[in-house]
Amino acid sequence: MVNRVVSGAHYGLRDWLAQRVTAVVMALYTLFMVGYLLLQTPLDFVAWQGLFHSLPVRLASLLFVLSLFIHGWVGMRDIFMDYVHPTLIRLALHVAVILALVVYAAWAVQILWSGL
Amino acid sequence: MPARRPVYLNLLKIRLPLPGIVSIMHRASGALLFLLLPLLLYVLQQSLSSAQGFAEVRSWFLSPLAKLALLGVIWAYLHHFCMGLRYLALDLDIGVKLAQARFSAKLVLIVSIVLTLLIGVKIW
Repeated sequence: MVNRVVSGAHYGLRDWLAQRVTAVVMALYTLFMVGYLLLQTPLDFVAWQGLFHSLPVRLASLLFVLSLFIHGWVGMRDIFMDYVHPTLIRLALHVAVILALVVYAAWAVQILWSGL
Repeated sequence: MPARRPVYLNLLKIRLPLPGIVSIMHRASGALLFLLLPLLLYVLQQSLSSAQGFAEVRSWFLSPLAKLALLGVIWAYLHHFCMGLRYLALDLDIGVKLAQARFSAKLVLIVSIVLTLLIGVKIW
């Protein structure tokens, strides 16, 4: 039992919840995509591009990607907290993950909206 | 006598139960998927860029080695996915008893492998 003084800080509940909410969002999107791929066989470019041309699919994909990045951040942070104990290295890894995810997010938006 | 802290466990001597094994696989698959993100984004970008790009992506996955690698990624995703559903159920107090938890761990392992094999049959 860890005795902690509860002050103004949050103790990870927000991240705990975010990990689960983003997981549900991604699971639903995955089921949608699997269903699409099962119905749309063999997949050709016209169908593939047409799918991502629709605004609802773009927005759902954006939601998926953003969920993925929040989920990835919490997950990678947990892994580093457990296995990387030197503070400086852990901090550097955290910063690297955040920077990478921000870049990926911008890249994903560019991919999804490039065909407009 | 108070225990000396911190206690270092010998990982080679610990026999992890199945829920522990699938749990560490959940972590490993998540980390792998994170590391592969730029590659996956690149594939998506190419496939949506043009008919030519789409054909190019298709040609990448013609070789057996590339298909095997793709199946590895799909397995990582499926294992992470099924394990995630298991954790969501555990959060809702479903299947928290030891026997049930062991069964669901086995189920996750088997279901994700079977689904991967089915996809493997389909893409081969």
